[in-house]
Amino acid sequence: MTETGTTGNIAQEELQTSGETKAELLARPEGMLAEFANPAELLHAAEKLRDAGYKRFDCHSPFPIHGMDEAMGLAPSFLGWVVAAMGITGGSLGLIMQWWMSTIDYPLVISGKPYFSYQAYVPVTFELTILLAAFGAVFGMFIINRLPRYHHPVFHSDRFAKVTDDGFFVSVLRGSKKFNVEKTKQFLESIGGKNVEVLRGY
Amino acid sequence: MQLNSQTYRLSDTGKVGTMALAVGVIGIVGCAAGFYVDRTHFFHAYLVAFVFWVTLGLGGLFFTMLHHLVGADWSVVVRRISECLMITLPLMAILFIPIALGMHELYHWSHAGVADHDVLLKAKAPWLNTGWFFIRAGIYFSIWSVLAWMLYNASIKQDLSYDESRAQTMQRISAPGMLVFALSITFASYDWLMSLDPHWYSTIFGVYVFAGSFLAVLSFLAVIALSLRTQGVLADTIRLGHYADLGKLIFGFTVFWAYIAFSQYFLIWYGNIPEETIWYQHRWDGSWKYVSLFLAAGHFLVPFVVLITREAKRNLFVLRAAAIWVLFMHWIDLYWLVLPNMPHAEGAAGVHFSWIDAAAMLAVGGVFFWFFWQRFTANAIVPVSDPRLEVSIRYTNA
Repeated sequence: MTETGTTGNIAQEELQTSGETKAELLARPEGMLAEFANPAELLHAAEKLRDAGYKRFDCHSPFPIHGMDEAMGLAPSFLGWVVAAMGITGGSLGLIMQWWMSTIDYPLVISGKPYFSYQAYVPVTFELTILLAAFGAVFGMFIINRLPRYHHPVFHSDRFAKVTDDGFFVSVLRGSKKFNVEKTKQFLESIGGKNVEVLRGY
Repeated sequence: MQLNSQTYRLSDTGKVGTMALAVGVIGIVGCAAGFYVDRTHFFHAYLVAFVFWVTLGLGGLFFTMLHHLVGADWSVVVRRISECLMITLPLMAILFIPIALGMHELYHWSHAGVADHDVLLKAKAPWLNTGWFFIRAGIYFSIWSVLAWMLYNASIKQDLSYDESRAQTMQRISAPGMLVFALSITFASYDWLMSLDPHWYSTIFGVYVFAGSFLAVLSFLAVIALSLRTQGVLADTIRLGHYADLGKLIFGFTVFWAYIAFSQYFLIWYGNIPEETIWYQHRWDGSWKYVSLFLAAGHFLVPFVVLITREAKRNLFVLRAAAIWVLFMHWIDLYWLVLPNMPHAEGAAGVHFSWIDAAAMLAVGGVFFWFFWQRFTANAIVPVSDPRLEVSIRYTNA
């Protein structure tokens, strides 16, 4: 649903560069998780986190919730531009490929028509436009969401398994300027969060 | 213009209905003049105008049935507009009479004795003969009128008191209704438009007419709703999310129309069989070439480019301009289907727009709109008792 950052990889990187022991790194809080009762509460919690200035938080729900992008203060995705660029690329490549094949590489008169019969090129041009646009949409989404990834701090929580069934969660990740275990915990509880827990690697 | 917040009926609508009727009367006078000046052109212009408005009625019927069939929430707020469009279909049966009277001017195959010297017309005679043509027209209008009347009536009754069984009835009518609608619009377009050139045939022709019809009705819904909005009517009911959805559908069906139009052209171009290509040749003769190019650009490229962004679909000014443009192009499309088949003097090939074309559009359009408006103001302008109305109003489509 949103950028969740690279928190999962920070520990790995820091293990190699910093002098801290593995145990110290594992004990460090990677984020916080709070549970909400229903989609409406989750939506309102997102609005309050947005208004309070939290940047690196995400909402997790079993199904998409209308208005969540706005509630979280997400900027419009630039995925559309990726799709448009890929679509134009696919269409141009399709057209150029057919033009090159039929007029330069292997010119062949087909049913008395000119070598460059653009009408005949429309289906392939169209299909390649769609194909590359679809690739742009799927793989662009993967890249923007930094997928695939092996780990995410929310997996430290046992309660989080509910998210595929009836759980509505907010996660706030370390790295946000406002992240502070005590204050964030208080804030999450003040906006109605239940079972607030600290996400740690051990 | 006032909207009663209790009954959701329009009052103080001013002279909208009267003006529409006046426009219709002016158009009818123009048509009468056109009939005496150039009878052949009049009947062709009238056919274009008749099909233009009947496809709006059919589009309304399709939109309403689709709404019931899929159990849509968002479209409840515009349902009454589409219902009032479809209830014009019984009226359109009366407006079919001039076509029946002028069929010898329009349809070459209806001339006595032509089939004797024409092997194709002889083979097609069991279908293309005047008696069976009239019976078929009667069947089409019966199907459409019965469907429209049953759905309209059930929806109006629903306003008084909601009854779940009535909603189910409308859904049950819509399922088989969709099937007979598909068949009837296909054969009606074969009869009224494709048989203008009785030697030519295209199996995709019905889908082509349907694509234009649905595109036109989506645009009409947007134009009507936005016009009401400028009067402050339903401004909080038909909201940005609904317009964005209409914009998406207009955009999508612009592509659908182009897909179908190109599919028809593509196969005929590839096959290159004279009896098929002649139809496109007629539309490439003289200045018709520019109408053909204008159709491809104006019916596909312009709405495609204008409506492609999210911002454009959510900009009500852009959406309204695009919708009016699409309606104009729908008329050009039908003009392009009909007029090249009009008999003309040797060497006079080419498009000749005439005041008779405008008069016919005003005549049928004025009467159509008067009847539509009369139905629209007679009841609540949204289905007030539908439990999904509130869901529809809350629809934000973020």
